[in-house]
Amino acid sequence: MQFWVVQTLNSLALGGLLFLLSSGFSLIFGLMRIANLTHGAFFMLGAYIGVTFMKNGVTNLWLAALLGGLCIALIGGLFERFVLRALAGNSQGQVLVTLGVSLIVSDLCLIIWGGDPIPIPTPEGLRLPLKVLDFTFPAYRLVVVVIAIATALGLYFLIERTRLGAMIRAGVDDMQMARAVGIPVSRLFTTVFCLGAALAGMGGIIGGPILSAYPGLDADMLPLALIVVILGGVGSLVGAFVGSFIIGFVYTFGIALLPDLAYVILFLPMIVVIAFRPRGLFGKVSA
Amino acid sequence: MGKAQKIWWGILAVAMVGLPFAAGEFYVNLLSQIFIAVIFAAALNLLVGYGGLTSLGHASFLGVAAYISAWLFLKMGWSHLVIAPIAIIGTTLLACAFGWISLRATGLGFLMLTLALSQVLWGLGYRWVGVTDGDNGLRGLTRPQPFGIDLENATNFYFFALIVTAVALMLIARFVHSPFGAALRGTRDQPRRMSALGYNVWMVRWLTFVYSGFWVAVAGMLFIYYNKYIHPSSLSLTASAEALLAVIAGGAGTLGGPVVGAVIVVLLKNYVSSYVERWNMLLGFVFVFIVIFMPEGLVPGVKRLWLRFFVKPVVVPPEAAAGKEGQP
Amino acid sequence: MTAALEIRNLKKAFGGLPATNDVSLTVMPGERRLIIGPNGAGKTTLFNQIAGDLFCDSGSIKLFGQEVSRLKTHRRTHLGVARTYQIITLFPKDTLEHNLVLSLLGLLKTRWNSMMSLRANGHLYEEARRVLATVGLEHLAARPISEVSYGEKRRVEIAMALAQKPKLLLLDEPLAGLSREERVTVSKLVSGISRDTTVVLIEHDMDVALDLADQITVLHYGKVIVEGPRAEVVADPRTKEVYLGH
Repeated sequence: MQFWVVQTLNSLALGGLLFLLSSGFSLIFGLMRIANLTHGAFFMLGAYIGVTFMKNGVTNLWLAALLGGLCIALIGGLFERFVLRALAGNSQGQVLVTLGVSLIVSDLCLIIWGGDPIPIPTPEGLRLPLKVLDFTFPAYRLVVVVIAIATALGLYFLIERTRLGAMIRAGVDDMQMARAVGIPVSRLFTTVFCLGAALAGMGGIIGGPILSAYPGLDADMLPLALIVVILGGVGSLVGAFVGSFIIGFVYTFGIALLPDLAYVILFLPMIVVIAFRPRGLFGKVSA
Repeated sequence: MGKAQKIWWGILAVAMVGLPFAAGEFYVNLLSQIFIAVIFAAALNLLVGYGGLTSLGHASFLGVAAYISAWLFLKMGWSHLVIAPIAIIGTTLLACAFGWISLRATGLGFLMLTLALSQVLWGLGYRWVGVTDGDNGLRGLTRPQPFGIDLENATNFYFFALIVTAVALMLIARFVHSPFGAALRGTRDQPRRMSALGYNVWMVRWLTFVYSGFWVAVAGMLFIYYNKYIHPSSLSLTASAEALLAVIAGGAGTLGGPVVGAVIVVLLKNYVSSYVERWNMLLGFVFVFIVIFMPEGLVPGVKRLWLRFFVKPVVVPPEAAAGKEGQP
Repeated sequence: MTAALEIRNLKKAFGGLPATNDVSLTVMPGERRLIIGPNGAGKTTLFNQIAGDLFCDSGSIKLFGQEVSRLKTHRRTHLGVARTYQIITLFPKDTLEHNLVLSLLGLLKTRWNSMMSLRANGHLYEEARRVLATVGLEHLAARPISEVSYGEKRRVEIAMALAQKPKLLLLDEPLAGLSREERVTVSKLVSGISRDTTVVLIEHDMDVALDLADQITVLHYGKVIVEGPRAEVVADPRTKEVYLGH
């Protein structure tokens, strides 16, 4: 029984991390029609920058996550403003450029931080497992789930109840119309890209105690983000949320029960959904 | 084919045939690698350049063909004559499946699906240790001996690869100039119009995907014969990206483009990366450079400059110019 | 006699908005039917459902007696439907001749052939030129589409549809954006089409298209308001209301 409880919590934690990763990707794709292949690199860079902060005075993980997220937001913003915008209208070009930059970033990380994985320490108060009834839970993973849900609610509030969110929704629905009614599309794009990048970056640090920071983290995370977004439906935050947890469960239990083939099982839900609904579970935008 | 083009291909053919007699083994081997890359790029170009469907997962087909061959040879002990068709057909069947899944979407959705599928195979390559031996890869193949000719000899292999490449390029050229090729280009430019004209756009795309996968499988066979070793990194996103770069840098949608692009990428990889350690980073920079400054690729770019500077502009007499805005 | 096109209770809604609101109409073989209505009346949506680019929510569409509402576009083309588009969707980098060859190829088995050279099909190129001649554009056959005028592009569109010798021809605002002389030319073209082909035509501007029609259907907010022979519809007060209301 303990096994199932632990695996369930692990699944939820992974799902939470995947949500932090893929929500940004989905937002960027839904609004800007850019498949941001740099997203995995943002996640990894976030983890590396976070751990660097933590080794240099910022002992609080959450503060490091915030600062790291801001750094990634800045990098993302510059990238969007000066590179992606120059290729506006050239969808394929934009994707290829994000591919190029992801390759550059991944090697940069290798140069700066070396080839060995860097473990990220779990915050002080959360190191001991919680004991509830008869079961022990790794406390940190529980916190990750809470953070993911809080982020989901925060994003929901942002999208549904704020002016910025209204502009994003308008842009996703009909970009030309949004421009026509005076929505500052360029600024909106940069803002959303920064937001997406920040989410990925923070996800990297928050996931740090579970995944650590290592070369190749980007290549491990990117396909997961893609599968989540394709499964859940591009441009849909609900889809990203549901998809993240589905994949979290499939992957965790898959690895535990059928380790060799976990990777194949990973993409079965995506294939099944795509076969019957090319838009994904909740997709508004056709991919 | 225009006269100028025939001359270029002619010169190339002569140079390729003569090379082993003029240059040392290093260059012969280098060119063998280039041949493999050329087939890969030319096959990918069918989908990307002529079909308008950008795939970031084509290295899967090269890798799978190589792994099937290696596994059948090392674990089952079968002969090359039996293995080759099985590997190629098996990979082509995989292309059928991957094509079907990926074509549930177009454009960026298609790209993401090809990437996701390919990444899953890559992960499988590392983790299904029982079959692939994970990070160790599979080594120990021998090169085949068709008609008694030992391909372990570098020059023999070179000519073998040259013949396969020449046949591949000729068949691909035929495909491009055929009615199906025209239909394919049509679906790239105006898919809705093509449907209205009676073409089954999905089927055209899917068949092209499969045919493209077939030729990449052939490249995969040459690959495993040349290297006698296969590692999961050959199925990575980087490997697919290199092929895509070859197509784009050379000029997507042209016949010569992938050839030029493949040469550039292989040379870059071999020469420059002996000075610069980080191949990924260099690849990334080249990508960004090409996309921003030379999106059409080298071959169309050079052609344009050639026409501008070496071909005299035709002076149109005023009467003919007026006739353009026509009364019937 | 079987109707060329028979539509019964066709409905199509986008979100909450009914674009096609219980439309029924019947077009007989050889007829010239004009569908008019103000912007947003649902004319192009109707066409898209007839041609197969859109699937209806409910209702039936029969082509020469055959139910087609669930058939994909290319299959309907093989049943004899051809259409032109409101926005020109030709192949700009290709020559006029090539555009027409593509059109001719669409109905032939040869389109699947990946081994022979396209150029070897001399008869296709001859036929392409012949069709171009019927619209008066043979002299431009070797020019790329991007180099000809808008009016000429419209004529190429019509040529491409006619090349397939369709049984049902759908023309979506064929006169849009043309100068006065060009309209005369294109109108003559359309009225010259043989009665073996049934023509259904959408136009926004009534005056221009009237001469081309035997029967007229007036659409407004996705519903058929008036329908009948030309003279009757023109005289009908409801027709004027539909237009004056704008």
